[in-house]
Amino acid sequence: MRLSGLFWILLVLCAGFTGPARGQGASDLAPPTDLVAADIPNDKGHGVQLTWEPSADASRVQFYEIYRLPYRPPDEGPPLRPEETVDDDWMRVGAVAGGVTAYAQTEGNTTIGAENNPLYVPRDAPTYYRVRARAADGTLSAFTPAVTGIAKGNWFHTQRVNVLVIAFVLGALMLYFIQKAKRGEKIYIRPIPGLSRIDEAIGRATEMGRPILFVLGTGTAAEIATLAGYTILARVAEKTAEYQTPLLVPVNDPVMMVMAKATVKEAYLKAGRPDVYNPDNIFYISAMQFPYVAAVNGLMLREKTATNFYMGVFHAESLLLAEAGSITGSIQISGTDRVAQIPFFVAATDYTLIGEELYAASAYLAQDPKLVGPLKAQDMVKAAILMLAVLGVLEMTVFKTEWIRSLITPH
Amino acid sequence: MKKQLPMFLVFLCGMIMIVQFVVPHEYSQTLFQHSQDFVIVIGVLALPIGIYSLMKSTVTKARREPKERLYSLITIIGFAVMIIAGLKRDWFTSSTSLSSNLFNYILVPAQATLFSMLAFYIASAAYRAFRARTALAAVLLITAFVVMLRLIPMPEPLSTWNAEFVRWILEVPNMAAKRAILIGVGLGAVTYSIKLLLGIERAYMGGD
Repeated sequence: MRLSGLFWILLVLCAGFTGPARGQGASDLAPPTDLVAADIPNDKGHGVQLTWEPSADASRVQFYEIYRLPYRPPDEGPPLRPEETVDDDWMRVGAVAGGVTAYAQTEGNTTIGAENNPLYVPRDAPTYYRVRARAADGTLSAFTPAVTGIAKGNWFHTQRVNVLVIAFVLGALMLYFIQKAKRGEKIYIRPIPGLSRIDEAIGRATEMGRPILFVLGTGTAAEIATLAGYTILARVAEKTAEYQTPLLVPVNDPVMMVMAKATVKEAYLKAGRPDVYNPDNIFYISAMQFPYVAAVNGLMLREKTATNFYMGVFHAESLLLAEAGSITGSIQISGTDRVAQIPFFVAATDYTLIGEELYAASAYLAQDPKLVGPLKAQDMVKAAILMLAVLGVLEMTVFKTEWIRSLITPH
Repeated sequence: MKKQLPMFLVFLCGMIMIVQFVVPHEYSQTLFQHSQDFVIVIGVLALPIGIYSLMKSTVTKARREPKERLYSLITIIGFAVMIIAGLKRDWFTSSTSLSSNLFNYILVPAQATLFSMLAFYIASAAYRAFRARTALAAVLLITAFVVMLRLIPMPEPLSTWNAEFVRWILEVPNMAAKRAILIGVGLGAVTYSIKLLLGIERAYMGGD
């Protein structure tokens, strides 16, 4: 009697260890099918995309669990292969909700030093995956057969073709309009009040005998808006050299300071007044946003600057600077490509260069055919985009088709 | 040569970056990563120039302008104290070190104070901007009033109507204007970049 009791206990325990809870034996939950592991396109070569058909018991599936064989670095032995492994060798890499039948594994695409991670997806080498379903009550299905995914490095980003095409079209149009402008054909540029008032603002400071402040923003020298700011700085410096008005340029980046010094020095040379150039007027304050603002605001209040220019990349400090300048009664001209800061500048400064107007400054101020031509090309592309937008809306509204949308959307 | 070499370097680096943009392969990404690291290296190498400039202008100011002397002294003392407080790596990284305490209990509150002034500056700028001197300014004033009303509790169905109208303002005319600016900025940036690559735009190097 005691022996038969022990037998039954052992039988129950064995059933517990080998039963469906570990997903190794028979399960009444159907597994997902047709698992496919494919390379993720347009990546650096460490991504595999898994797709599968849902379980026949899809309504019971709470989520699908994704397993893979861990990555083994070459110096630790040959890669693991499914036929040489047992269940414990497989690692769970993630899970997706029951209604989802896809999973992307990209360890190594974004992480530096990911080779030490067992979940690392090697480039041009096989990675083995399998998937199983789990029901809400904890029942597990069997695994799908293991599949191989080979991540490949791609040499062309197909989703960036549209950017490349527009850059080529723009480049070709630029060359065409430069030639046209060089032949002497008149190219119209609409008046930009912020730029046409620069001379007036400098003149005002000169008459008042007070300095001019030029703020290049809190961006870096690697940003286009900052470089555009230098174009205007060059023009302002040339004028201040002529009028012998002090020009103060506090900067937040040592590289920008070096560039600003070179720009202003060249402008003073160009104006024939290198003797008036004072390198100490271009100085570094702080790379931190608010200490920089505090120093510039203090400068405005103490030096009583008559004219303030804000040209470049600005963040939360835009209104702090512009309002301080407004309090001191300065005439203020601003320009930025940051959409979020434009309303603050519009509200607090006298003239604002909105977005692309900042980039147009060099062409507007110099009236050089080489600079005016690209501006016209830009306008042509902008008109084409506008036309496409209008036609796209009409097409979708009237004809209920999306041909134009598919034309410009990356595939 | 003084201008040609930098312009050639700009062209070369620019072209490499354009090619890199359309090549997602690991080699290309590694190149991009290294170029980004190089920018950091340049920034670090330039830092002593910045520090020298800051100290020079501060000392000059302290010498020439007696009224500025106190501020200059505070800058110099602050600079020296922060350097000494961060001489050892663990002094800088430990959350209880002098360096961290100076940062967390002096610099951060000072920055927060300055940032909080933005609220008052927004009020004063808005007061000036919302004066209905022209028809467009009047439209701005009315729109701002309607949008602000959304934040005020109102009885139904006014509240729902207002919320729907504000949503329309933000998602249709406001979004259209924002996208128009963004398209202009995008095209302007591409045009400006091509001008830089071709050496047409040279003001950042001190002009012609």
